[in-house]
Amino acid sequence: MCLAIPGNILTCEVRDGIRVGRVQFGGITRETCLEFVPEAVVGDYVIVHVGFAISVVDREEAERSYKLLESMGLLKGELESDLEDSQAGQ
Amino acid sequence: MKYLDEYRDEKIARGILAEIGRCATRPWVLMEICGGQTHTLMRYGIDEMLPAGIELVHGPGCPVCVTSLETIDKAIEIASRPDVTLISYGDMLRVPGSRTDLFHVKASGGDVRVVYSPTEALKFARANPGRKVVFFAVGFETTAPANAMAVWQAKREGLKNFSMLASHVLVPPAIRALLSSSRNRVQGFIGPGHVCTVMGYREYEDLIREFHVPIVVGGFEPLDLLEAILMLVKQLEEGRAEVENQYVRSVTYEGNLPAQKILSEVFEVCDRKWRGIGGIPGSGFSLREEYIDFDADRIFGTEAVTADEPAECISAEVLQGLKKPTDCSAFGTRCTPENPLGAPMVSSEGACAAYYRYRRHALAAKETN
Repeated sequence: MCLAIPGNILTCEVRDGIRVGRVQFGGITRETCLEFVPEAVVGDYVIVHVGFAISVVDREEAERSYKLLESMGLLKGELESDLEDSQAGQ
Repeated sequence: MKYLDEYRDEKIARGILAEIGRCATRPWVLMEICGGQTHTLMRYGIDEMLPAGIELVHGPGCPVCVTSLETIDKAIEIASRPDVTLISYGDMLRVPGSRTDLFHVKASGGDVRVVYSPTEALKFARANPGRKVVFFAVGFETTAPANAMAVWQAKREGLKNFSMLASHVLVPPAIRALLSSSRNRVQGFIGPGHVCTVMGYREYEDLIREFHVPIVVGGFEPLDLLEAILMLVKQLEEGRAEVENQYVRSVTYEGNLPAQKILSEVFEVCDRKWRGIGGIPGSGFSLREEYIDFDADRIFGTEAVTADEPAECISAEVLQGLKKPTDCSAFGTRCTPENPLGAPMVSSEGACAAYYRYRRHALAAKETN
């Protein structure tokens, strides 16, 4: 659970006073809180930990790092949830 | 060098390894703090590629592993109540408590659910006002802001059926405890890259003034770790002790200020008991007085729960870098990821699980030869 996964911001809106967006990780997207990265905009790559973006990184870095986590077999458990409305392929 | 061909740039990896070899004139013991880093080191066999004198020991940086046994027992007690839905991160379900684990509570009818983010626990509480929703919140400084935000939102919304069993732990006090121990062997630290993404690395300068030990904040890729090891060896050989930042792609000196702001709004520093290590002063976050209505420990009256750790498990020594997982008599036999005796075998970031995954076959082959 301590992993942080890079993803691409697809949408960004302010809901109930909090910045949230959908972030894409490989084939799946997850709702992500963007409150800690006020500078991030749609199209940016962010490092996401337990549903919260904690830093903005460049695209090349994000893609390389994602592939590495995937190759180590660490992503499946990390994005697992009994509750989240996972939207595959979006 | 069996794994080198898998590196994104084998040539750079070879170059760094050769440079470490040139710089190192005597043995050094280095510790990586973070379990994610342990995983990469094992996966890429970095510990086996280093010059013979450079020893890596694995630190206490797996939140699942260091959550105290009594906190697990509290979660189990709370989750066993029929009116409660207990929600946590996936790894927490298989961590053994004194008598059972959350997975077994779930199997025997308890409402225990896994989420990827605390935000989902909050959503569940809003949608199910008849359930007492308890979020079992563990984590280091990386995770604490997300957990803090969930409580902050719950208070703002006046959500009455949401509470948190909080067991947050902090890295710098743990390093201080390791360095203060008379048994300490560690001479340099690879600092936790994502903890420092949130907190910056100002706090680590105090540690260096106190103990004169180099700390290099490192990333999580094989090349990051090799570079961090080289930076540490150079400092040690030159007699320097500084905080250096290898993971500049994500870490700044100040850290993430909005995340730090929500932390100080919701939490205050408290003493914390670590599984396998014991109590460390000022090493945790607990809810501030203003948020006490969200404290599950108080709501469900579990403050007095205590527990004793199993005798055979050597996780205490493993988490302090005094022993390797393979020094344990139960490793791979009475203790496996399917039936863990201790928490470092549970989480993929735990040192024992990393050794089990990447080293047990090599070890078995060595024994038969």
